[in-house]
Amino acid sequence: MNRVMEKKRTGIRVYKPNPKLSKPSIGATAAKGILYFLLVALAVIQIFPLVWLLFFSLKNNQEVFNTPPLALPTNPRWENYVKVWTRGNIGQYFFNSVWITAVAVIITILLASFVTYAITRMKWKYSSLVLGIFMVGMMIPVHSTLIPLFSLFVKTKLIDKPAAIVLSYIAFNLPVTIMILLGFYYTLPREIEEAAIIDGCSVNRMFFKIILPMTTPVMATTAIINMIYNWNEFVFVNTFISSDKYKTLTVGVQNFIGQYGADWGAIGATLVISILPILLAYLVLSDRIVEGITSGSIKG
Amino acid sequence: MDKVMGDKKVIALYVLPALIVIMTLVYSPIVMTGYYGLMKWDGIGNMEFIGLNNYIRLLSDPLFWNSVYHSFLLAIFSVISLMGYLTIALVLSGKIKGASIFRKLYLVPMLLSSVAIAQLWMRIYHPTNGILNSLLSFLGSDNIPLWLADQKIVLYSVFIAIIWQYAGFYILIYYAALKNIPESLIEAARIDGASPWQIAYKIKIPLILNVIKVTVVLAVVGSLKYFDLIYVMTYGGPDGASEVIASYMYKQAFRSYNFGYASAIGFFLLLICLVITWLIRRLTASDEEIQY
Repeated sequence: MNRVMEKKRTGIRVYKPNPKLSKPSIGATAAKGILYFLLVALAVIQIFPLVWLLFFSLKNNQEVFNTPPLALPTNPRWENYVKVWTRGNIGQYFFNSVWITAVAVIITILLASFVTYAITRMKWKYSSLVLGIFMVGMMIPVHSTLIPLFSLFVKTKLIDKPAAIVLSYIAFNLPVTIMILLGFYYTLPREIEEAAIIDGCSVNRMFFKIILPMTTPVMATTAIINMIYNWNEFVFVNTFISSDKYKTLTVGVQNFIGQYGADWGAIGATLVISILPILLAYLVLSDRIVEGITSGSIKG
Repeated sequence: MDKVMGDKKVIALYVLPALIVIMTLVYSPIVMTGYYGLMKWDGIGNMEFIGLNNYIRLLSDPLFWNSVYHSFLLAIFSVISLMGYLTIALVLSGKIKGASIFRKLYLVPMLLSSVAIAQLWMRIYHPTNGILNSLLSFLGSDNIPLWLADQKIVLYSVFIAIIWQYAGFYILIYYAALKNIPESLIEAARIDGASPWQIAYKIKIPLILNVIKVTVVLAVVGSLKYFDLIYVMTYGGPDGASEVIASYMYKQAFRSYNFGYASAIGFFLLLICLVITWLIRRLTASDEEIQY
C-alpha cells in the first residue's frame, strides 16, 4: 500500500499515473499482503508450540496451572533443569545418545563411501544390482524386520547391548547415506584418478588420500542427517535395550515422563534438553540440513 | 586404468562390508518375518509350525482390520494435505521476500524426535492446561473437547500432530523442485500473457510431476508404517480408536508375546508397502522424461 501511495504522491510531476495500471497493482499488493499473512501464520503455528514448551519448562506446577499459558515465566525456574539432569538419569541418557549416535554415524559414512565409490567409479557387472538393493532398502518398514532382529540379537547375545542399536542404525541409514553421496560422486572429475593411477597410486591410497578428502562437504551433509535420525530414533532402543545404563534420550525421556508425569516443569525441561542439540545444529548448519533432507528423499 | 578400477578383490573389499550389513540386518529379517509368520511362537520357547493359520486369523481379526483402516485413513489424509503443501511451495517459490527463512522455520518440527513431539502435543491437547483448550475457553467456547480421550476425534487429533511434524518436509521438497525450473521458461510464459494461476497449473506443476509422484509414494508408505508418535501419544487408544498397523503389530509381539502372529502382521505390512509403491509408480508412469 505504502509504495502505491508514494507513487501517486511523487509521481504527479514525473509521470501520469495510469488508472488502468495502478488499480491491479493495489489488488496485487493486497493479495501479496494476504499471502504474507498466511505464510507468517503458518510459521507461527510451526514454531509457537516450541516457545510454549520453553515457557512451561521454566515454571512450576502452580504457575502452569494458575497463570495464562502464554504468560512469560517471570521468575524462571532453572532448577527444573538441574533437577532432571541430576535426579532423572537424563545426564546418562544424554551421554549414551551422544556416543551411540557418533559411532553409528562414523561407521555408516565410511561404509557408504566405500560402496558409493565402487558403484560410481569402478567397473563391475553387478554394480547396478547392488545399488538397487540399497535403494529398495529405503522402502522396507522397520516393523517388518523387528522380530527377526530381536531374535538375532538374543541369539548373538547382543540384546540389551549398545551394539544392537548401533548395528541397526548403520543398516537402516546406509541407503539414504548412499543416495546423498551418489550425486556428489558422479560430479567428481575423473582426470584426477587417471593421473593418480598413471603415477602408480593404488586404489586404496587414492580413495583415502584423494577421494575422501574431496567429498568432505557431502560427508558433512550425510553426517548431520544421520545424526538427526539416530538422535531421534525410538523403536530400536525401546525394543532392544532394557537396561537404564544403555538407554538413549528418546526412550529415557519417555520413561522419565512416565514416572514424573504430573510435573510439567520437569517434563518441559527434559524435552528441551532432548531437542536442544538438534535445534542448535540447525541454527548453525541449516543450509546443509536442508540440502541433505532434499537430496536424501528425491534423487538428483 | 580399467584394469586397476576393475580389480575384483578391491571391489569386493569396498562393497562387501556394507552389503553384508544390509543383507543380515534388513533383507534376511524380512524373509524371516515371512517364515515366523507360519509359526506359533511366544518368542522364547519352541516354534510350532501352523501353516497359514496366522494369516487366516489375520483375515478375520476385527482389531487388525480396524488398525488397517486407520492406517489407510492416515495415508489418504496425508495425500490430501500434500496439495496444501504444494500450494504453499508455489507461493514461496514466487517472488516472496524471506522465502528461504519461511521454509527453514517450517522444517523445524521435522527435526525433532517423535517422542518429543508426542509429549509436547499431549500437553497441547491437555484437557485443562493445554494451550488449545485454554485458547478455546478464552474465546468463550463452552465446548471443550477431550482431544485424546474422545474415541471419535482422537485419530484426527493425532493426524494434526503428524501434519505439524511433516508439513515443512514436503514444502521443502516442492520448493526445491520448483526452484529448479529455469526462470526463462516462466518469464517466457509471462511475456505471452499467462496469469500466475496458469503458470502454476500449466507449467510449474507439470514440470515437477515426477517429484510429486515421489512425494505421494513417500506420504502413503510413510503413513502405512507410521508408529512412534501414535504409540507414545495414545498407545493406540482409547480402546483401539487410534490403533494403526505398526502399533498393533508391536503390541502383539512385545506386549502379548504372539511373535508368530505379529510376524504375519509385519509381513503383511511389508507386502502392502511394496505393492503400493509399485502400484503408484505404475499408475503414474510416463514415457517421457522432462528435460529442460
